[in-house]
Amino acid sequence: MKPAAFTYHRASSVRDAVTLLGELADDDPKVLAGGQSLVAMMNFRMARPGHLVDITHVPGLAGIRRDGDALRIGALTTHRAVEKADLGPDFRVLSDAMRWVGHLPIRTRGTVGGSIAHSDATAEWCLLATLLDAVVVAEGPAGRREIAAGEFFLGPFTTALDPDEVIVEIVFPRPAPRAALTEYADRRGDFAVVAAGIDLDTGSVVLGGVGTVPVLVRDAGSPAAIADALDLRDEPGAPASYRRGLVRTLVTRARAAAGAPGPAGTGALDG
Amino acid sequence: MTDVQLVELTVNGERHDLAIPPRRTLADVLRHDLGLTGTHVGCEHGICGACTVLVDGAPARACLLFAAQVEYAAISTVESLAGPDGELSDLQRCFGEHHGLQCGFCTPGFLMLAEGYLAEEPHATREEIREVVASNLCRCTGYETIIDAVDDCASRRRAALQAALDPVPAAAPRPDPGSTA
Amino acid sequence: MGEPGLRRDGTWVGASVPRREDPRLLTGRGRFVDDITLPRMLHAAFVRGTEAHALLTSVDLTGTRAVPGVVAAFDAADLGLGDITALLDRPAEEFTPTAMPVLARDRIRFAGEPVAIVLATDPYAAEDGVEAALVELEPLPPVVTEAAALTADGPPVHDEAPGNVLVDVSLFATDGIDSILDTALASSEQVVVTVETRTGRQNALPLETRGVVADWDDRDEQLVVRTCTQVPHQVRTVLARCAGLAERQVRVTVPDMGGGFGQKCVVGREEIAAAAAARLLRRPVKWIEDRREALTASFLAREQHYTARAAFSRDGEILALDADVVCDMGAYSCYPFTAGIEPLMASAEMPSVYRVPAYRVRGRAITTNKAPTAPYRGVSRPQYVMVMERLMERAARTLGLDALDVRRRNLITEFPYRGINGVTYDPGSYRESLDLCEQVLRDEGWPGRAPDDGRVVGIGYACFSERTGYGSGAFAQRRMQVVPGFDISQITMDLDGTVTVTTGTLSHGQSHETTFAQIVADRLGIGYDKVTIVQGDTDRITYGWGSFASRSVTIGGSAAAAATDKLGEQLCMLAAHLAGVDADVCELDGAGGVRAGDRTLPFTELADVAYLRAHLLPKDVGPGLTATASFDVAGDGTFSNATHGCVVALDPGTGGVEILRYVCVEDCGVAIHPRVVEGQARGGIAQGIAGALFEQVTYDELGQPLTPSFMEYKVPTAAEIPDVRIEHLETPCAFTANGAKGAGEGGTIGAPAAVLNAVNDALRHTGVELDHTPLARADLYAALNREAS
Repeated sequence: MKPAAFTYHRASSVRDAVTLLGELADDDPKVLAGGQSLVAMMNFRMARPGHLVDITHVPGLAGIRRDGDALRIGALTTHRAVEKADLGPDFRVLSDAMRWVGHLPIRTRGTVGGSIAHSDATAEWCLLATLLDAVVVAEGPAGRREIAAGEFFLGPFTTALDPDEVIVEIVFPRPAPRAALTEYADRRGDFAVVAAGIDLDTGSVVLGGVGTVPVLVRDAGSPAAIADALDLRDEPGAPASYRRGLVRTLVTRARAAAGAPGPAGTGALDG
Repeated sequence: MTDVQLVELTVNGERHDLAIPPRRTLADVLRHDLGLTGTHVGCEHGICGACTVLVDGAPARACLLFAAQVEYAAISTVESLAGPDGELSDLQRCFGEHHGLQCGFCTPGFLMLAEGYLAEEPHATREEIREVVASNLCRCTGYETIIDAVDDCASRRRAALQAALDPVPAAAPRPDPGSTA
Repeated sequence: MGEPGLRRDGTWVGASVPRREDPRLLTGRGRFVDDITLPRMLHAAFVRGTEAHALLTSVDLTGTRAVPGVVAAFDAADLGLGDITALLDRPAEEFTPTAMPVLARDRIRFAGEPVAIVLATDPYAAEDGVEAALVELEPLPPVVTEAAALTADGPPVHDEAPGNVLVDVSLFATDGIDSILDTALASSEQVVVTVETRTGRQNALPLETRGVVADWDDRDEQLVVRTCTQVPHQVRTVLARCAGLAERQVRVTVPDMGGGFGQKCVVGREEIAAAAAARLLRRPVKWIEDRREALTASFLAREQHYTARAAFSRDGEILALDADVVCDMGAYSCYPFTAGIEPLMASAEMPSVYRVPAYRVRGRAITTNKAPTAPYRGVSRPQYVMVMERLMERAARTLGLDALDVRRRNLITEFPYRGINGVTYDPGSYRESLDLCEQVLRDEGWPGRAPDDGRVVGIGYACFSERTGYGSGAFAQRRMQVVPGFDISQITMDLDGTVTVTTGTLSHGQSHETTFAQIVADRLGIGYDKVTIVQGDTDRITYGWGSFASRSVTIGGSAAAAATDKLGEQLCMLAAHLAGVDADVCELDGAGGVRAGDRTLPFTELADVAYLRAHLLPKDVGPGLTATASFDVAGDGTFSNATHGCVVALDPGTGGVEILRYVCVEDCGVAIHPRVVEGQARGGIAQGIAGALFEQVTYDELGQPLTPSFMEYKVPTAAEIPDVRIEHLETPCAFTANGAKGAGEGGTIGAPAAVLNAVNDALRHTGVELDHTPLARADLYAALNREAS
């Protein structure tokens, strides 16, 4: 489990990274941020980029900033930094959700931008970005552009980013004081079997583990109605009926956690 | 493709200049280029935590970092914990006293995990400690005694700090940081 | 429990003294096999078969050899090694011998089977070399499941075993058992209950993977092999035979070892190949198994299928037990235990802690196109205990009786007890441990307690004993051609009065450097820090059987004690001579000296004479202070026992399981070091819970592994494993030194049954009973939501 050879490039700026990605385009360059998924895949040789463009030394890419109604999170901000940040009631959903992200030593290195770029359908940042209509700010040769989360995630490891674009920032456009994310996995720190997030103010629900990308349900109805409408197939260890049940339960619990009136807890009467 | 990179690495306060292929992970560089074999390798995909070290004080998986990435960072390994004369640190003593290790293979990873965590969260509760201990795998102990060791170390440090701040005269009884609870 | 460093009753045994192993392990100064680096060392990686079942038509290593950094690459023909073959002394209808080649020659029998070894200047280049190999395979239909193996309509895994059955034994069949069962079926006064259970394939999963550093030493004309094995002499013998070397031309040493749990008590083909390559190249070779290899191509265990039925009287007395056991041993028979290890253990010991008057069992080992198996902590006992404890529960439920009362009615209470299986059980606290376990849970208020969050709670118990200290006699009954059992220990006192003791056992986490030192120190009356234990080196230790099957303290500890006592006699004789008194008025003074009449001679003074002034020795006494003794268990070994109690909460919303409480009442005789015993129990329970709730090695229909990483193979963490309350009972063993019994496996044995019973107790209102492990959360969810859906 040793990675295949690659050439290492340390980008000094976003522009530098973009230029490198363009110049090396023929030899499969990859951006290295936290590396918590990419390096594991490289060790398995499931990923074998010819070049790594390390952006972790680029100044100014880490940090959380309130900008009017919006919250702007730099791409290199770690999960741990978000977890520890005092985001106030408006965006506490983000720091609260970080407890679902792997374990402490993963959170200290893993980055928001890296997670978004990795596009795993159960990853917390992908779910939160989709739920809260976040905007991904990417820089390419032609400058910066904004991509709505709803159009960003195309499939596992596949996004709307161009090969020579680098994520610089994720923007959550409005406060979400009545939102929550909850998950179920057999074991602490695992990717969720099913994850559900809710924003009571918009009536949106996001689901992970039920499709190849986060599934957004606007104007969501009852948990049962949401679950019943899903097109699910049996998977090893997780038949469709089970995941449908998890959706019912987790949407109910997310709703309670987000502050909706009604019984909280883990009761049998959920959903 | 097998080009070599010059990397300046600071480990346990000591600076090393290395010429290594960029694909060498920090875990391999620590162990095999610097001879610091206390950092162990158990899975090479970031889950078991045997390779946990501190990077600028924060626990991180050395198997998921390339050494070339962490130039200029301060890296600490298990070899940094004991005193120069081999005297065990309080955390190491707690692991021994609580039987928090058996085969000892996972131990350096747990020690560095706890070291980094307690520095940031000195007031952690036992349940919070359990959640952090869940970051790494141990196959021998069943975890309870590891949690006990970290929890005990945290309380002793708090007691020692309190004792140092306490304006009570020296004659008053004080918690002895060397005794088991 | 003793405070660290303090003696209890003035003895070291029984005190939880600081571990001798700890300082180096805590400071990162232990020496594990991957910590060893030798000059000009090469790194090995293996080219592996990618199909589960295939003809191997060609291996082309030309590209591999051209990869920068690759120094050599060998296939089976290049190495020319003999096969590894494990045998049972059983007739052809009971046992079919098969061979495991070191590297595959013409057939691939599981996805991941080693085909060629690549040697390079660093492990990265070695893996580059592996990728450049061209292996041509002609796929055959894979045999992946028990059903496929036993239908056998395609090519068998081994041509020698056309029905894919390697072992088929019916060890016991009480006369008239059919009529007992038929009568029970027909009678309104009796019942017959059945349990069918399948247990998932598991990986013992030492956190340190397998590994080896080998080099040829021209001065000693020896192949020196540093490897993490539980049984070093076994590796020496197999390597010598495979490579055509004399035994003394192989030296196997074992550095610090990061766990074994049985996976490292058999001989692995990769360590043989790496050592052979080192000899061929006259350069040191290191191979460190990576985690993907460990999860897909190492030794696995535990995939078993039981169909058991038992007759009970109306008042809960067991009348007969009839069982069929099928163990999926994968592609190869492991050395030395053979594929018989699991079915033989299950067949021999299934009646467990109960008085079973009639017993019949058939045990089979089948071969499939999956990674092979080895003993894993508990070996079949976690499974048959689960079956027996489920039978007790089911009988109680059927008869409307209390399940603990049904157990009490059947527990062995008079000792020694000779069971229907021909095994004599030495005294234990079967009944007492159950009573205490129930009382602890009652005192803590668990029965009837329900959380207010909608979860449902259940309590489960498991009663069991485990045979520890399998001597030559017990293993001979299994009819292995290689019969482990005895242990030989040598003790030498140095000039300074300290002693060095060899043991054929081998600690890999069990703290022998501490516990053996305690045993020896008490007998000599010296500090346990004055005792050094030497283990894991075939050049320094007489042929030994390492550590497995909870044999170390019972057999190895007794051998060390016997050698120590002999040395004590020598010291007394010498003191008698020097003091001019009769030897029978001499005795060790318990403080590092010999009381000889009214004089006291410190050991240092005696050693001074023995080594530096030998002219003062009596005529018939040779110089030096050394003694050797062996120990074996003549009878059926000694049985540790325990009762586990487990409280679970099930979440109807998710099928999630949380263990709220776990209690273990254990009796391993006299505990040498109570904290070590507790550590073994806790760690064992964690592994048992893992098997019940989390871990399973799975394959797709083509035999491709689906669990190649820790993302899929779910080892539980501190968040899943509960704190465990441990209570000790002490029924000393009559024939081991110090009265100790083994303590290594019990935790693992009891936990699956306790967890499964607790879950089924929580499911009681649903009418659903689940008997397969690991428990699928989807099944739990379905059971809990049955009325709703």
